[in-house]
Amino acid sequence: MASVAQRALNRFRRRKAGGAEAATGSGIQVAPVEIAPNDPLVAYFQTTSGAVDVDNLDFDSPAAEQLKRSGVKLVVPLVSQGELIGLLNLGPRRSEREYSGDDRKLLDTLAAHAAPALRVAQLVKQQEAEVRTRERLEQELRVAQLIQQQFLPKELPDLPGWQVAAFYQPARQVGGDFYDFIDLPDGKVGIVVGDVTDKGVPAALVMATTHSILRGEAPRLNSPGQLLERANNRLFPDIPSHMFVTCLYGVLDPQTGRFVYANAGHNLPYVRSGNETLEYRATGMPLGLMAGMKYEEKEAIIEPGQAILFHSDGLAEAHNPQREMFGFGRLKEEMAGRPGGNALIDHLLDRLRHHTGHGWEQEDDITLVTLERAGGEGLFTSAPASIPGPRNLPVDGENELASFSVGSSPGNEREAMRRVEEAVADLTMPPAQLERLKTAVSEATMNAIEHGNKNQAEVPVDIRVTSNGDAVTVYITDQGGDQPTFETPTPDIEAKLAGTQTPRGWGLFLIKNMVDEMDVITDEHHHTLKLVLRREGEDHDA
Amino acid sequence: MPEQRFDAQVRQEGSVATMDLSGEINRGADDRMTSAYDDVAKTGAATILLNFTRVGYINSTGIAVIVAMLGRARNDGRQVSAYGLTDHYKHLFDITRLSDFMNIYDDESTALAGVGAGA
Repeated sequence: MASVAQRALNRFRRRKAGGAEAATGSGIQVAPVEIAPNDPLVAYFQTTSGAVDVDNLDFDSPAAEQLKRSGVKLVVPLVSQGELIGLLNLGPRRSEREYSGDDRKLLDTLAAHAAPALRVAQLVKQQEAEVRTRERLEQELRVAQLIQQQFLPKELPDLPGWQVAAFYQPARQVGGDFYDFIDLPDGKVGIVVGDVTDKGVPAALVMATTHSILRGEAPRLNSPGQLLERANNRLFPDIPSHMFVTCLYGVLDPQTGRFVYANAGHNLPYVRSGNETLEYRATGMPLGLMAGMKYEEKEAIIEPGQAILFHSDGLAEAHNPQREMFGFGRLKEEMAGRPGGNALIDHLLDRLRHHTGHGWEQEDDITLVTLERAGGEGLFTSAPASIPGPRNLPVDGENELASFSVGSSPGNEREAMRRVEEAVADLTMPPAQLERLKTAVSEATMNAIEHGNKNQAEVPVDIRVTSNGDAVTVYITDQGGDQPTFETPTPDIEAKLAGTQTPRGWGLFLIKNMVDEMDVITDEHHHTLKLVLRREGEDHDA
Repeated sequence: MPEQRFDAQVRQEGSVATMDLSGEINRGADDRMTSAYDDVAKTGAATILLNFTRVGYINSTGIAVIVAMLGRARNDGRQVSAYGLTDHYKHLFDITRLSDFMNIYDDESTALAGVGAGA
């Protein structure tokens, strides 16, 4: 009997298209049997119990015919939870006698054991395939993020008399936003803001190409219109057919405020002039759509006191739960009468948060770049160039004292510590409590730099300081995602002194002992340490 | 906020070697701390006095550097004491229990008196 089963046990496999086949096993060769999902044989096998004599199948079934032609004599359906998942196909008995009642009983028992096992194997295989797909997608996402971040400016230009600020926050699926500042002869600066259609790695690669073309050509071509024309002609032959790039390029003379610009289908920049907001309009087709395009070139003077905002779709096209868009008109209105620089960016993000509410999944990359020309008498100092990168949006019920990012280079924890100290200066915390806050911030930032962001200088650590009257809270966020706690929380000094444990591993322990409350908040992409110090006016050290 | 480089200078008075530490104690201090300890070892001093008066910043990796040095000293049978720590860093030495393994004094004269040398 064992030989019977061995020679005729065939594997049955469902196909993606809904069909099924019986492949050959060891022993006699049986051609794969295709069973269409609507073949009456499927319904028959699902409802019948026990081994079926193929020769007795007398209804109209292509699969049954095929089984007969293949020399299959006996079929044992493998049914699990009402679903036909496989067949044991047996050829003629080797002894040339018919299959006996005992044979059939044994086959039934075999089928009863094999069906659930086969089902489990199928599910495991399916799950493994799903995991592989998910891992591949995650990996692609990481690659896209990496490419995109590589090409974002590491620092903002220092333009005397101008306050420059930028904000970039990728959506989960990473769109194709980019921006750039290009040093040009005579102290001028080229400003690029663009968006590649599509998402992920393809968008990131097109973005990188566009970035390289613009960087390479800008110093040689004075005319923004000509630069976009050149970029279009170079992109067009190679860009995938469904993709294109919207891009605004302008040349600013910081001395005079003269701004010459051309636009390849990108959002119009807005210029705040007192209580009104103007649009700088120039026409042109997106890059990569059609060869030989010309780009209108315009010029304007950004007067002292005016601010210009470049923006991608991510903010204006953000939807609230009622599916209403934030809107370009609203964006213009929100700019009017507002200070520029980081204050403008923070205001716009605050309005965005009010619009979308909590739990909003960002739909598209958000890029905001703003330049404000100092007005009135004397020039203000440009704000310190911060490393642009993703940051947290403010949270309700807390007064935000500061929100900034530091790059992930060792030592930047001290900059974070200094800026947090500055942010809480008005709260008159007891000196010892302030020292504890500083140590906790320094340690948490160091951890974020090393463990979360792996010392990649271009990846930001986002830091937000809030106060609600009862407590000061600092959120320190890295891009490491959901990661295990980085070290043992209770270091054993005896073991360390004896050399049986590494002398290191004090970071988390120190943080916990410096603050009143420490929480870890993670999602797929971010890892946040929330540090809370209650404002009791008492000194914990005392 | 430029980082203040760590340095450690050793001066010996009798059986006490004082290590004048300055700058910031973080992982970058490791080499200099090790070589300063080597200098102490050459003198054969039985007691090490760590002078923290000119140290402005110690982080967890700096604590590790101090622990490593202290471990080495204990292994060699040397006593380690310290002075000149701010209240905050005294607190840090308490919670890490470093202060269980080294006497902490306010200033140099009380430290020298405490370790039974000089004054």
